[in-house]
Amino acid sequence: MADYNVLEHDHVPEHHLVEKKDEGRILKQYSVGKDQLPKIRKSDPCIKILEEILGADIEEGRLVRIVRTHSVSGVSVAYRVIVRG
Amino acid sequence: MARKDTVNALIRRGVSAKVSEAIANAGFKIGDLKKAPFELLLRYLSEPDAQDLLDKIGAKKKHMDMKPKTKTKAAPKEKDEKKLKVRRTDLVIPKKVKDLNPQEKKIAEILGKKKVSLPRSIIEELAQYQDHLNLKIKDLEKVIDMVLEQYELHKIDPNESIGIVSAQSIGEPGTQMTMRTFHYAGVAEISTTLGLPRLIEIVDARRIPSTPMMTVYLKSKEKRADSDYARMVASSIEETILPDIAGVRTDLDGMKLVIEPDMKKLDSKDISIDSIIFALKKDRRLKAVVEREGNTITIKPEVPQFRKLHQMYEIIRECRVKGIEGIKKAVIRKQGDEYVVFTEGSNLAKMLENDYVDSTRTKTNSIMEISQVLGIEAARKSIVDEAEHTLSEQGLAVDKRHIMLVADMMSNDGDVKAIGRHGISGRKSSVLARAAFEITSTHLLKAGIIGEVDSLDGVAENIIVGQPVTVGTGAVNLIYSPELMKKKKRD
Repeated sequence: MADYNVLEHDHVPEHHLVEKKDEGRILKQYSVGKDQLPKIRKSDPCIKILEEILGADIEEGRLVRIVRTHSVSGVSVAYRVIVRG
Repeated sequence: MARKDTVNALIRRGVSAKVSEAIANAGFKIGDLKKAPFELLLRYLSEPDAQDLLDKIGAKKKHMDMKPKTKTKAAPKEKDEKKLKVRRTDLVIPKKVKDLNPQEKKIAEILGKKKVSLPRSIIEELAQYQDHLNLKIKDLEKVIDMVLEQYELHKIDPNESIGIVSAQSIGEPGTQMTMRTFHYAGVAEISTTLGLPRLIEIVDARRIPSTPMMTVYLKSKEKRADSDYARMVASSIEETILPDIAGVRTDLDGMKLVIEPDMKKLDSKDISIDSIIFALKKDRRLKAVVEREGNTITIKPEVPQFRKLHQMYEIIRECRVKGIEGIKKAVIRKQGDEYVVFTEGSNLAKMLENDYVDSTRTKTNSIMEISQVLGIEAARKSIVDEAEHTLSEQGLAVDKRHIMLVADMMSNDGDVKAIGRHGISGRKSSVLARAAFEITSTHLLKAGIIGEVDSLDGVAENIIVGQPVTVGTGAVNLIYSPELMKKKKRD
């Protein structure tokens, strides 16, 4: 699977790593703590690809912005926090 | 000893004794050989010999071209380049979210001025009407104001108990579902579980669905409409094991196995005898000498023992000659103006690596597999898609948002969890809520032993103790502070 980029698949929405300085603003916007956000595993194929794209290790606790497209609202943005596993 | 093993293993694969000795003397092992750079082999062998060797041990040609990955300084640089390349093609993300067109931009600007937002689909719809009507900015603003008003009215209230609403909205149509239905995907050969059993399967997050199925799209744009090409691809991914195409006879006198291929079947599946020999030699478990004799293949164990012969027979019975592991059947069907391959059995990881297959559209109905290969977000999407397809196939209209809530709950933890005792309901933080669901006494006993504390945050536990539940108006607390009011009045 080394050459294959999972982000290219139709079923996979856009994943973006959130800059550390933006994290506070986002958490405040939803008025939640990091532990209340949905989670994504560090071993998730999408995180692995992101690591490859950025060329750096992504540590646990960072946020990932997920931009989904679907028929109800067109575009929706969700956040997931990276957890161990 | 290790050297001798290597020599034997190479000879078994049909490499000449001289070459094998040379390789083994150079300190290679079979595993190393497959990874070894081609140039390194050339130091010990002549070029045709090295080529022949790689062919025989089944190393891919592709590997040889990009082989110069020895421990030189060039290696990390190559890695960097790869990363940059990936970045350029993927992070610019052209396909998934469309940019706003001029009309939509105008509406978005007006919304921006008012410091409010509307979902993209509503903006798109508005822009479509605006295209026909061409309203003045002033009128458009009025329209948008009204849209905003309606949008606010239709939004669900904070603290509404959406879980119950969803449960009822999916549950009621569920009662109308037929108990057991099968659906035939175009051709009568492949059937998939649908109806209530399938819905239960999705919600239970089974590791393997009862009827795994893949929809494989073809990569080549020009040949998508060519039925012969599609048939060729289908037969190339269909798993063919040796007993399908050949008879295996045990020759006890000669202490060997004789494989007698059925030439008609070979022709129809486009398999040559050489490719069977290749597949047999590639099988690592088979420690034997494989030889061709006319149209039959004989296999002799290294040590003449009946036990070995029997073991070999068992291995050969499972030997895969062609295709992808787990794909039991593949049929083609025309969908729109292209041919699509439907398969019984599923192997997403291998299928996406296949050169004929469109790796951006090919999908499977096995949600666990998607979660492993494509990640949790893709799994979430496929839960929604599969559940919606199952319901709509029965003519039941359930709002997508209810299904999305279920999918969100199932994928909340980073991997797919079932709804029920082993999944979400069994992992609630409150003891009373868990006890109210299933296996009451076990939960209460365990909680008693370890001294669990219940903070009474949820619905079930508050009903048990007879308090107002924390949904709707019960979720907010109003506190009147006379001191504060006096102060405000004074100001």
